[in-house]
Amino acid sequence: MTHVVRNVVEYQVRDAVRSRWLAIYTGFFLVASEGLFRYAGSAEKAVVSLMTVVLFVVPLVTLVLGTVYLYGAREFTELLLAQPVRRGQLFAGLYLGLTLPLVAAFLGGVGISGLLHFPELDAARGAFATLLVVGAALTAVFTAIAFVIALRSDDRLRGLGIGIGVWLLLSFVYDGLVLIGVAVFADYPLERPMLALTFANPIDLGRVLLLLRLDVSALMGYTGAVFQRFFGGPFGVLAAGLALAAWIAAPVALGARSFARRDF
Amino acid sequence: MIRTCALTKRFGTNEVLRGVDVDIGRGRVTGIVGPNGAGKTTLIKILLGLTRGDSGVVAFDGVAIDGDPSYRSRIGYMPQIAKFPENLTARELFALLRSVREHPRGDDETLIDRFGLREQLDKPLRVLSGGTRQKVNAVMAFLFDPDLLVLDEPTAGLDPAASALLKDEIRAERARGKAVIVTSHVMAELEELCDDIVFLLEGVVCFAGTVDELKGRTRQVNLERAVATMMIREVA
Repeated sequence: MTHVVRNVVEYQVRDAVRSRWLAIYTGFFLVASEGLFRYAGSAEKAVVSLMTVVLFVVPLVTLVLGTVYLYGAREFTELLLAQPVRRGQLFAGLYLGLTLPLVAAFLGGVGISGLLHFPELDAARGAFATLLVVGAALTAVFTAIAFVIALRSDDRLRGLGIGIGVWLLLSFVYDGLVLIGVAVFADYPLERPMLALTFANPIDLGRVLLLLRLDVSALMGYTGAVFQRFFGGPFGVLAAGLALAAWIAAPVALGARSFARRDF
Repeated sequence: MIRTCALTKRFGTNEVLRGVDVDIGRGRVTGIVGPNGAGKTTLIKILLGLTRGDSGVVAFDGVAIDGDPSYRSRIGYMPQIAKFPENLTARELFALLRSVREHPRGDDETLIDRFGLREQLDKPLRVLSGGTRQKVNAVMAFLFDPDLLVLDEPTAGLDPAASALLKDEIRAERARGKAVIVTSHVMAELEELCDDIVFLLEGVVCFAGTVDELKGRTRQVNLERAVATMMIREVA
């Protein structure tokens, strides 16, 4: 990491740490996981509910904050671009300067609560650790997607709208379309296409990874068995990890390219 | 110091610059004037490397700037809008600017004192008044002893005392052989400050020369009238 990246990250992190929205975001996860650990009945149920909350909230908040942040930093970005700084370095600084505080806030909120309830987590420890990894990875994915959107659309409202549209698409519409597909092609063996479709949506990939760490995968029937066999082995875990990494790398590369080429 | 040759830029179908040649000299204050949409902002952004021209050359000290950001270590830029990360302090902002430079030249903190900013340095930028933020903005441009100052509407939002101080500082920099580029909507201010005027109209330079030449050519006694005359003449 060059000194430019390090310094931009350092000051962006300082700015974020003192902001109200980051405290609210941390507090939200702390309260949500505390509530679920206390009242869900069992640690396993708490982790399943927490998974639903995380897969719902992390992409939405990250997309909205990511676009708003980049639009808000427009003048500051121009000021920094007028310094002897390479665009790639500044992009890396801005991206890490938002992603790191968001990841820390998520890990802090959920993690503190997990530590407090560590003894009762017991069999769900593996699933809880997976939840932390998936939440952090999804933060990196959706911050990058938010940057791509904000860099390609100069209109703030339009950018925010596209961000929410992407969230709706990946959170709800995608699953609906998959269900319709399953119903239409019910007479065919669908396990392998389903497996492929899971990789095409980072939120679904996170969900499948988590469910397979819990005993509820029995509820997924024959498809669940195929998934269990695939993701249960080292190859499946490796493939899922690489897929999440690709989901981070692709929008980061796309964003860096837009950032390097665009006129400010 | 910095010059452009046959610089063009279009945004979609809108030709903003259509072959612009300017030559900004050392020890002179150059005002860039023109009606809204004439290409002033685009020209400044290209000089700073924020925007890239479609064709033509920008050369700093005789060397074409070709994606190499190092020439910008010799430029001090004061943007028109003073908008910074809200929770940082002015001291942190200056430290950040210093830290992204490989070899920052001696800190020129005289403006901090002259603007009376010392007590404001450790407050979050969000609580500072608009005028104070504009002072912080001005300080940034002068901080690293740059050879070229680019000041976009520098006195907008400053009180008369601060505005006068800033103008004194600009004259002092000129006396030390620095090149200064200023844009402003207030012609009286440019007349007071500038040696040279670059008049942009619809993406071309329709006048470049000294303030007196412009007044002589248009037979007007002040810059505002001279610019107005020029505008009417060119449009007609």
